[in-house]
Amino acid sequence: MSNLRTLHTLANLVPPGSRVLDLGCGDGAMLHHLIQTKGCTGYGVEIDDANVLACVKRGVSVVQLNLEQGLSTFADQSFDVVLQIDTLQHLRNAETMLRETARVGRMGIVTFPNFAHWPNRLRVLGGRMPVTKRLPYQWYDTPNIRVGTWADFEVLAEKNGLRVLDAFGMEEGEVIRRWPNLMASTAVFKFERPAA
Amino acid sequence: MTQPSKARCYTEKSMTFIAQAQTLTLPKPLVLRSGHTLTDVRMAYEIYGQPNADQSNVVLVCHALNASHHVAGVYADAPNDVGWWDNLIGPGKPVDTDRFCVIGVNNVGSCFGSYGPQDVNPATGEHWGGDFPVVTVEDWVDAQAALLDALGIAQLAVVMGGSLGGMQALSWTLQYPDRVRHAAVIASAPNLTAENIAFNEVARRAIVTDPDFHEGHYARHGVLPKRGLRIARMIGHITYLSDDVMNEKFGRLLQDAVQYQYTTQAVEFQIESYLRHQGNKFSDYFDANTYLLITRALDYFDPAREHGGQLAKALARAKAHFLVVSFTTDWRFSPQRSREIVKALLDNGTPVSYAEIDAPHGHDAFLLNDARYHALVRAYFDGVTTGPTRGAA
Repeated sequence: MSNLRTLHTLANLVPPGSRVLDLGCGDGAMLHHLIQTKGCTGYGVEIDDANVLACVKRGVSVVQLNLEQGLSTFADQSFDVVLQIDTLQHLRNAETMLRETARVGRMGIVTFPNFAHWPNRLRVLGGRMPVTKRLPYQWYDTPNIRVGTWADFEVLAEKNGLRVLDAFGMEEGEVIRRWPNLMASTAVFKFERPAA
Repeated sequence: MTQPSKARCYTEKSMTFIAQAQTLTLPKPLVLRSGHTLTDVRMAYEIYGQPNADQSNVVLVCHALNASHHVAGVYADAPNDVGWWDNLIGPGKPVDTDRFCVIGVNNVGSCFGSYGPQDVNPATGEHWGGDFPVVTVEDWVDAQAALLDALGIAQLAVVMGGSLGGMQALSWTLQYPDRVRHAAVIASAPNLTAENIAFNEVARRAIVTDPDFHEGHYARHGVLPKRGLRIARMIGHITYLSDDVMNEKFGRLLQDAVQYQYTTQAVEFQIESYLRHQGNKFSDYFDANTYLLITRALDYFDPAREHGGQLAKALARAKAHFLVVSFTTDWRFSPQRSREIVKALLDNGTPVSYAEIDAPHGHDAFLLNDARYHALVRAYFDGVTTGPTRGAA
C-alpha cells in the first residue's frame, strides 16, 4: 500500500488545503505528500514507536495514541478529512471507529484489503485461507483481525447512516470501477455523515 | 548577545565540555504575581555552543525541582559535576550544541546562584530566609525573558524542560507567544492533581515542622532544618520512581542481615538505606526555603484557571510548534496529563507531536538515557530550522 501510485490515487481524493487527520499514518508519507503538494495541514496518529519517529523525522505532526481507545482526543467535525488507510482491519472496534471517523471528520476516506478479490475467492474455494501479495499473512499470525469485502463495507456504511460519496477498487494504485468487489485487492470508500 | 568568555574545550573521553557559570543582574525590577517586587535580581546561567548570525538557534532549558543552570558539561575545577541533562545536550548529542546555542538558567528563589532566600532583603538588611516572596512559574518565565533581553536574544528556537521545567516551557508559549518557535514539554502536566499537591504538602510539612526551621530563619539561629529536608526528599524520591523499578532494584532485600533483626528504628531493608542516603545527600546541598518555594510554584501553576478551567482556551495564545513527551510508568506526571496538553493543542489546531515512551523508570525517565526518547528529541531538533532562511514558526 505504500507505493507511489497508490499514494497519488488516494491523495487525489483529498481536497486541497484540507485539515487532515490520518489514523494509522505509518511513516507519515501520505501526510507529508498532502502537506507538500496540496497545502494541507493536520496530524497523524500512530501507536508504533518507529513510525512515530519516522513522522517526526519527516516533520509531520504525529500523536502517539492507541486507536483502540477511541478518538475522544479529537473534537466533533474538527477535520475536513479523516484518513484510515489500511487501518480499519487492524482494529477490534472497527464499527465504532468508523462512526468516530464520521464524527471527527467532515469526510472519511477508508481503504482496506478486499477479501472478495477473485484470487482470495479461489483460495477459499480450494479450502484454504488466502495468502497473497495483498494479504501476505497466514491465518494464525495475521494482524488483519477484521477482514471484510468491498460489498460488506457498503452494508456497514449504510447501517451507520453514512453517505458514500465515492467507492471503487484499487489495484497497484489503479482505480478499478468495474466489478471492484471481484477485481480489486483494495477497497476504497469516501463518505460523509449527512447533516442531521 | 554578549559573548560568553567560554572556551569550547571538549574533554576527550565523554564528549562533553567545560561549562562556565555566569551571573547577570536584571536591570529592571521583577514584579511578582504575589504583588511583591524584587530588585537587583541576579540570574545564574550557562551557555553552550555559539549563537548563529541571526541568533535563530538559541535554545532555553528550564529546570525542574532540584536542578539548576548547570545543564550540560562539567566545570573545570569539578570534573565530576556533570550537568543534569548532559546525556541529552552537548556536541553531537540529541540537542546538538554544535548547531544550537543552549542556555541553562537558574530560577529566582533557587539556592544555586540566582537571587533567592539566601540573599539579603534590602528592606531589612538581613537574609530573606522565610520572608522571600512566593514565586510562580509565570514569574520565573518573566525573569528568564528579562535575562534574554539583557543578553540581546529576541526569540528562542526552542524552549524546553521536563516536569516543572516543562511547565515553564508551556508557560513561555503563553506569556511570550512571539518569542518561542518551538516548545518541548517533557514529562509534564497542565497543572498538579490533588494527589500531587498532597505529596508536596507532606514534604513541606516535614520541613516546616522541623524544630530547626524557625519559620525559615534558620540561618539566624545558625542551624539547618536538615531532618525536614531529608524526609521531604525521601517522599519526593519515592514518587519519581516506578513500583517496578523500585522492586527490581531493591525488592525486599535486607541491608545487612539474612535474618530479620526485629528492629523498628534501624535500617532493615535496602530501600530504607537508599532513601536515607538520598535524603542525607539532598539535605547537604539543598535549601529548605527554596524547597518550599519551588513546590509551591508547582502547586500554583494552572494556566487554565483564568479560563474557567478550559485548557484549550488557555493554550489558544500559543504560536509555537510543540513536542510533548511522556513516559508510560510516570505516575507523578502521568501520560494522561500530557495527553490533556496535547488535546488542548489539537483543539486549537496547534502543530504538536506527542510520544509516549515505554520506559520503566517512572518520572525520572526524562533524565535518563533512553534510546527511543533521545532519538525522538534528536529528530525533532533536527527539524527545527535555523539560519536566515528559516520560515515562520
